[in-house]
Amino acid sequence: MNHFPQAWGRPRDDVYGSYDHSHFQTNGPNQHTQSPIVTGTSVVAAKFKDGVVIAADNLASYGSLARFTDVKRLRKFNDQVVVGFGGDVSDMQYLDRLLLSLDIRENYSSTENPLNAKNLHTYLAKVMYKRRSDFNPLWNHLLIAGLDGEDKPFLASADLLGTTFSSPTLATGFGGHLAQPILRKLLPDEASVERVSEEQAVEVVKECMKVLFYRDARSMDKYSIAVIKKDGVELKEDEKLENQSWAFAERIRGYGTQTA
Amino acid sequence: MASVFTGAPPQGGPGYSFKQTPTVALSGERQHSFYPYTDNGGSTLGISGADFTILAGDTRSTHGYNINTRYAPKLFKIGGEGPENKGSRIVLSVVGFAADGDALKERLDTIVKMYKYQHGKSITVAACAQRLSHILYNKRFFPYYVHAILGGIDEDGKGALYSYDPVGSYEREQCRAAGAAASLIMPFLDNQVNLKNQYEPGSGTGHDLQAKLAQPLPRKDVEDLVRDAFTSAVERHIEVGDGLQMMIITKDGIEETFTPLKKD
Amino acid sequence: MFRNNYDNDSGRIFQVEYAQEAVKQGSVVVGVVSKTHAVLAAIKRNAEELSSYQKKIIPIDSHYGIALAGLASDARVLSNFMKQQSLASRLTYDRAIPLSEITLRIADRAQTNTQQYGKRPYGVGLLIAGVDAKGPHLFEFQPSGVTQEMIACGIGARSQMARTYLERHLDEFANSGREELIKHALRALKESLSQDKELTVDNTSVGIGGISENFTLFEGQDLAEWLDATFENREAQDEGGEAMETDS
Repeated sequence: MNHFPQAWGRPRDDVYGSYDHSHFQTNGPNQHTQSPIVTGTSVVAAKFKDGVVIAADNLASYGSLARFTDVKRLRKFNDQVVVGFGGDVSDMQYLDRLLLSLDIRENYSSTENPLNAKNLHTYLAKVMYKRRSDFNPLWNHLLIAGLDGEDKPFLASADLLGTTFSSPTLATGFGGHLAQPILRKLLPDEASVERVSEEQAVEVVKECMKVLFYRDARSMDKYSIAVIKKDGVELKEDEKLENQSWAFAERIRGYGTQTA
Repeated sequence: MASVFTGAPPQGGPGYSFKQTPTVALSGERQHSFYPYTDNGGSTLGISGADFTILAGDTRSTHGYNINTRYAPKLFKIGGEGPENKGSRIVLSVVGFAADGDALKERLDTIVKMYKYQHGKSITVAACAQRLSHILYNKRFFPYYVHAILGGIDEDGKGALYSYDPVGSYEREQCRAAGAAASLIMPFLDNQVNLKNQYEPGSGTGHDLQAKLAQPLPRKDVEDLVRDAFTSAVERHIEVGDGLQMMIITKDGIEETFTPLKKD
Repeated sequence: MFRNNYDNDSGRIFQVEYAQEAVKQGSVVVGVVSKTHAVLAAIKRNAEELSSYQKKIIPIDSHYGIALAGLASDARVLSNFMKQQSLASRLTYDRAIPLSEITLRIADRAQTNTQQYGKRPYGVGLLIAGVDAKGPHLFEFQPSGVTQEMIACGIGARSQMARTYLERHLDEFANSGREELIKHALRALKESLSQDKELTVDNTSVGIGGISENFTLFEGQDLAEWLDATFENREAQDEGGEAMETDS
């Protein structure tokens, strides 16, 4: 050991040449996300009379490659909120850490007054809008499901542009095209929420997951589903699509080896 | 021996991996593939009368051909007490990029609430209108992508209506339509509110024609006009529909109504 | 803070104690809470006959307000800060800031002032009263940065008398109705006045917050009914003009 602390722990200049500081990237340009890399597809959700049901499959795609097949895209925040993530998975993981730190901060502050779904949606929408305004977006489309301040069902969305809206049923990505029509048949308006039971809502959401698996090439048959009610969150992360029927495939003509 | 290890990577050989990330900004323009705006469709409309102002907007929110939701209000009470803005006498309507619209609404609402806290009295519409112009103008290099209309009652008790472009130009008007179906509604308003292209019957031809003079309309007529304008816009514009939200501002407060529109 | 503000033997910080003296110079304010309401009541002083009365109760957000004793200008700075924090909470979380939270935030600010070079403590004491998601609350704030949640509290000149009244009736507050609670607050306030002084519509302020009732400030003729109902047996005031002077 010599008497030059600035040299300690460094490759020796006389052996390796002078230290190259460039990999600290002090003067390089900051790279912002310009497009998502590893992505999750649709999230679907529907309100019912005492709560909300939300689902997303467990696949993370790398372009057209089904890269990770066990990625949980529903995140329980506390006993009244679940957030569903569509879009970039690394940005989802960043938001996951952000929510963790928020939850810890909330739990340390003396009030036993947890953030409800409405509070969390407002917060996340602000985060998303701030990041888009900095031209450094979080490439996600989020659904926030849970209960509001009056313990009524709450479901709202926030996307990479900071756009927010709320509806009795919501679906991101491909779900917006394929799932929403099915969901809206059961829940056309806010008034219909009162007439829909938990069983009906779960059934229609599962049906949507099946339709999405049939027609969305970036989907898979393993999915997570959560039901949020007054008495807490029931989150199942390892569900398998049931009663698939590929009978319709036989009627499709003009592809593959068929000749007639 | 030392001369052998110059520290320089072999010429032409594989460099250090971190050497491949750029260390200086690329010269020339860089292309951003992220576009920070979208259009959420919908339309708004405001008409001022002798002692009232009506603002209206449909409640559909769209993204391309998709309907985000059938109920997303574009009308917001400004100032007033607490989160429900009780006792407010000013309404802001925004149409265009909804996220910017919400941000703008919250900015203005906070400012108006601070005004009341600091001065102990409510802001006047004229002052609020000018402040809104400044908010928009201050962000002119990265604008709030919205067409705003502000309505209220002025200090003489008359209906007041101000309309804005996204960078803060504003003027007080009798009526204004904004948003997706503005080009459909505005000519209708010109004709029915300001009586454009309407002449006194039998006043002659050519230069002899006497233009009909516009006068403030009664409240009932204005409400009917608004409803007609929107039912017609729904027929001809795909981004307009689902519901019609109206706010009627008088000296006694703000009345809010909701009328269903076609959902197709 | 400078070295000579400490006492090397006893560990006392004189500046903080001076600041606490400023609170004792201010006219009295009291606060009480029940299961449904939180009430603040205050004596307003006017510097001279010709001047207006000072502000003693400031509504901050729709769910709470503060009453102050001490330097009004310091209170203004604190209330501006509280207003900003309250609006920020509503903006970022769409949530009315919890009273314990806002109390903690001003307490942290006040404590910093007792420790940092070149600063001085706030010369004001506050009562923070209102309702949040956990029901009605009353907090006391001192220039030292000490805060406490209270059932009833009085600070300011001769406030010991008010506190004695409050202690005597401690058990009654929790189940009091709105009107009952206001009466208690006014009676406690009256206790701390000297014998020849009266509560009038001019020198009294009342702030009320409750479950499903926004925090509202009442002054002037709005108080007449409460004052009459609370002090029935007092002789009819002559125009309220004479009794305006308060303790000095």
